[in-house]
Amino acid sequence: MVTPALLLFAPLAACAAIVGITRRSRPLSAGLAIGGMAVSLLCTVRLFLEFLNGHAHELQYSIPWITLPGLTLEFGFLINEAALLMSGVVTGVGLLIFIYSVGYMAEEEHRSRYFAYLSGFAFSMLGIVLANNLVTLFIFWELVGACSYLLIGYWYQKPSAAAAGKKAFLVNRIADFGFLLGILLLWSYSAGHGEAGTVNLLALQERLAHWAAAGQLDPTILGWIGVLLFCGVVGKSAQFPLHVWLPDAMEGPTPVSALIHAATMVAAGVYLLARIFFIVSAVPSTMELIAAIGGFTAIFAASLALVEPDIKRILAFSTLSQLGYMVMAMGLGAPVAAMFHLTTHAFFKALLFLGAGSVIHAVHGNDIWKMGGLLKKMPLTGWTFAVGTLALCGIFPFSGFFSKDEILLAAMEHNRFLWVIGTITAGMTAFYMGRLFFVAFLRPAASDSAQHAHESPAVMTGPLVVLALLSAAAGFFGIPAFLQGAHHAEHHGINWGVAGLSTAVAFAGLGLAGLIYLKGWRPAAGLLKKLESPGRWLSRKFFVDEIYGWINWNLQQGLARFLALFERWVIIGFMVNGTAKLTQLAGRAVRRLQTGQLQSYALSILVGLTLILLWGWRP
Amino acid sequence: MEIGLNHLLGVSALLLIIGLMGVICRRNIIMILLGLEIMLAAGNLAFVAFARANGNLAGQIMVFFVMIVAAAEVTVGLAIAVVLARKIRSVNADEMRQLKW
Repeated sequence: MVTPALLLFAPLAACAAIVGITRRSRPLSAGLAIGGMAVSLLCTVRLFLEFLNGHAHELQYSIPWITLPGLTLEFGFLINEAALLMSGVVTGVGLLIFIYSVGYMAEEEHRSRYFAYLSGFAFSMLGIVLANNLVTLFIFWELVGACSYLLIGYWYQKPSAAAAGKKAFLVNRIADFGFLLGILLLWSYSAGHGEAGTVNLLALQERLAHWAAAGQLDPTILGWIGVLLFCGVVGKSAQFPLHVWLPDAMEGPTPVSALIHAATMVAAGVYLLARIFFIVSAVPSTMELIAAIGGFTAIFAASLALVEPDIKRILAFSTLSQLGYMVMAMGLGAPVAAMFHLTTHAFFKALLFLGAGSVIHAVHGNDIWKMGGLLKKMPLTGWTFAVGTLALCGIFPFSGFFSKDEILLAAMEHNRFLWVIGTITAGMTAFYMGRLFFVAFLRPAASDSAQHAHESPAVMTGPLVVLALLSAAAGFFGIPAFLQGAHHAEHHGINWGVAGLSTAVAFAGLGLAGLIYLKGWRPAAGLLKKLESPGRWLSRKFFVDEIYGWINWNLQQGLARFLALFERWVIIGFMVNGTAKLTQLAGRAVRRLQTGQLQSYALSILVGLTLILLWGWRP
Repeated sequence: MEIGLNHLLGVSALLLIIGLMGVICRRNIIMILLGLEIMLAAGNLAFVAFARANGNLAGQIMVFFVMIVAAAEVTVGLAIAVVLARKIRSVNADEMRQLKW
């Protein structure tokens, strides 16, 4: 109990201490945040060793928190292989990003605030990872959303950053509404057959397995539960159609993008799917929907990255696309592959974001067309960025190769169409990453600031090197084998046909990018003309934002205007002011009765008395 | 002719009407107070008449209470009349309507 509790609460303690005590001292605040994260990492390592030694397989600690009739809410931890892996990613990558932040945010005035937010985020994220029931998980889920809002809008003086934070928060709210409904529906559904409802994951799993064995499962309701819970995933993991917040979230500081919008928070959706896999996998049509949305997001986001000029946004679209892969793998019934890809993706995408941060730090701009020649100026950043690029493209022996291969293999076995989409996406991924790398690092410098760029300090390049090593080698750690304990899916090893094809496609993408952006090769003029109009569609992101804006303006604003009129005329005009008017009129009429003349009162007393007496004497 | 209960009650009712008319019709507040006293006297007369008819003292005892209350009331009433006469230089009830809305 102590180790997981320490694991969870160390960052919270750091956050509280920064806010309460060390706010004024920037180095102390950074040190506290890093210290809290290091404690969490050590706790994770300790639990991990326990698991490796075979002392434990699935640990649950919990204390009752709120007891109501029919519902007992617990506060507890459920630690299995997937949770441990996720916790390792959060604390490990998190710690590196914290350290990196010291360098990146060195010129920032209010760095203490930044580190307090980061620690708060780490706490919330670890809460999601460890929670043993859906209600606690939901609470942490919302906390993560709030921290994300704060961090995206960290430079709140910038209107675009403030708007991006708001957008992320609102889009997530829409999704979380579905998630909450799913939890409630699941809870009421689990209350059948003489048992009280529960939200505890293990109890649910046991109950559903029991009911499934007895043939008592209702696939319709269970399907709805799965879809509603998946809504939460669509929001947090930024799947189509709620992907719009993630590119805008790049307004935050780059380490934040690396931590939240690449490695951890957006992966929380995939992790949630792994947690509730026993629920969604019970209904095949839910799984098909999940796989379809994942696959579509993968290719959709990859296509948007092809034309994007902003280095961080390219990486954001790439994150969307890779998350699509993971969600697709979940939908194909391959949670091990999804979690494996989540882990390797966390390593290499954090690396890429931090590398991008290092570049932005040196060049003071996000536009890749204003960079160039950076490999010579910033060798450490450049070479580590190259490692991340190769890992993302899925080139052997880098980690992305293994995890992407597992997903494509699962797709090959279950759904050929999605496999084709996945393979095409792999080619597009290689193309846009090649474009990014060649333009920013290999072409001649395109601006003065790129000309005079210099390598970032060691506090920033250190984490880059560590992440590069992890990205390069994570494929050999045996992560899928470790996860087997959690999900009894089969691990196939490498299918050289699938792997060979995806590698070939990746090389083709890289080669094409090199041909176009390094050698200056131009396709025939006719082809260029034909590409113009789809290119415009891509650079406007298929007008999704505009469509949402239109819907907002016409439907929501129309409704709001109607309601405003209703409020003004019916509620205020008729009901509130009407009541007042009526009272006033009645008062004005009745006031006439009070003459102030004593004797007229006496007369009315007399008349009243007479009437009463007459009424009493009625025969 | 023996004077019976009905005669006494008739006089009492007459006194009551006279007093009431005084209260309603006269404008001088002293006269109004006077009318009130007459109405109380009418009540007293009815009490005494019933006491006599029933042959017990309960009605007469009640009369003492009424007299005491009447004395107190007329004291307060006359005091108010004096104050009013000083303040607004009048004892006309029609001029005393300052307390309405």
